[in-house]
Amino acid sequence: MADRLALLIGTKKGAFVITGDDDRERWSVRGPLCEGWPIHDVSYDASTGAILAGGGSPWYGPAVWRSDDLGETWSHSSDGLTYGDDGPKIATVWNVTAAHGTVWAGVDPAGLFRSDDGGRTWSHVQALRDHPSRPEWSPGAGGLCLHTIIPHPDDPDRLWVGISAVGMFETRDGGATFELRNKGVRADFHPDRYPEFGQCVHKAILATGTAETLLQQNHCGVYRSADGGRSWTEITGSLPSDFGFAMGGHPTRPETAWIVPLNGADKGRYVPDAAMAVWRTRDAGDSWQRLSSGLPQQDAYLAVLREAMAVDRLDPAGVYIGTSAGVLYGSRDEGDSWRPIAEHLPPIWSVDSVAVG
Amino acid sequence: MATVHLPRSLVALFPGAPRTVEVEGDDVASVIAALDGGIPGLRDRLVDAGPVLREHINVYVDGERATLRTPVARDSVVHVIPAVSGGSADPAGAGA
Repeated sequence: MADRLALLIGTKKGAFVITGDDDRERWSVRGPLCEGWPIHDVSYDASTGAILAGGGSPWYGPAVWRSDDLGETWSHSSDGLTYGDDGPKIATVWNVTAAHGTVWAGVDPAGLFRSDDGGRTWSHVQALRDHPSRPEWSPGAGGLCLHTIIPHPDDPDRLWVGISAVGMFETRDGGATFELRNKGVRADFHPDRYPEFGQCVHKAILATGTAETLLQQNHCGVYRSADGGRSWTEITGSLPSDFGFAMGGHPTRPETAWIVPLNGADKGRYVPDAAMAVWRTRDAGDSWQRLSSGLPQQDAYLAVLREAMAVDRLDPAGVYIGTSAGVLYGSRDEGDSWRPIAEHLPPIWSVDSVAVG
Repeated sequence: MATVHLPRSLVALFPGAPRTVEVEGDDVASVIAALDGGIPGLRDRLVDAGPVLREHINVYVDGERATLRTPVARDSVVHVIPAVSGGSADPAGAGA
């Protein structure tokens, strides 16, 4: 029997938990949760069974929410989630990721916080904002946000983070120091097309089962790194656009990943020709295949945003994408065919999947 | 003690919290600190770095718009009201 899945959804108007049956055939929607706050990211802490949700209320500010009963009841905290009374005001939480007993949160304006008590209290990882590049950080269209956090699978002292219009960083000493990881990544909007920093990373993932292979969807192309981000090789290849946000990796095959190209930064940021498609590589980006069966092929003026793709751990893998138009699509065959799971949600900002037994 | 009226959307964040609370305090900042003593975490929802009241939170003391430094009398009535202006879309959006 297959594991039953829960899809954890962050939207402009709250979080949702969508529970599937054994066949990933029928789904039940529960929400909006987190009091309808804008929620940028919902993730799962496998070590504790907690759902974590990061976001910010336009009235009540940023917070990380936590549920220990699959979304039935919630608490929230922003205790310590501050740059201090003399620092900039934090608008919202963009990413919340748990690993090795620590919960990490990325916020806007860009910075990294850690919690070693499950999200109840937070402390600022000062070294990132002390980086020599920081005076030159400037926001992208989505703000100056730290939106991507990738824990190393084995080494709790290693972590990659991504900041819009700044680029990727890595710490190898638990956050005491950070190094830039942008070599080989284009920045077409910059006088120097390959600067040390200033690249607009949109999303990055670690290829499953690897310790050093990263994939990145950037404002200017798709990239692969085999050395933990020290150097990147462009793999945009035959893709219809070098612009997009979402990216997901296969649970067991590191060469397989999915993305959703959009038409371009200055062309409306929707799927090319308003025909929706997911693109899959099975050779680590050397080639790409367009997958559109079951997805709208006309008048689809929508996007899939950076956290709005998830891949389950079943065989064949299920892939889930949430659109800016509030439709959640699922595929039970690794992207070959798609169908809607929920069609009238608020604009979807994040999707995660978790086996619930 | 001052009587403080809290909005539904705020008390909803703290299960069991009452809509009306009687607390000691000689200004808005100390009233909010006293509220936070009984409802831990409430101050963070109302007060931003500075410290200042969050941009879209309005506080009225005896009907007059207040700041954190506004005096509060023993028989004052304090209203905490989310501003209409706070209902707009999240300015951070999602980059597209």
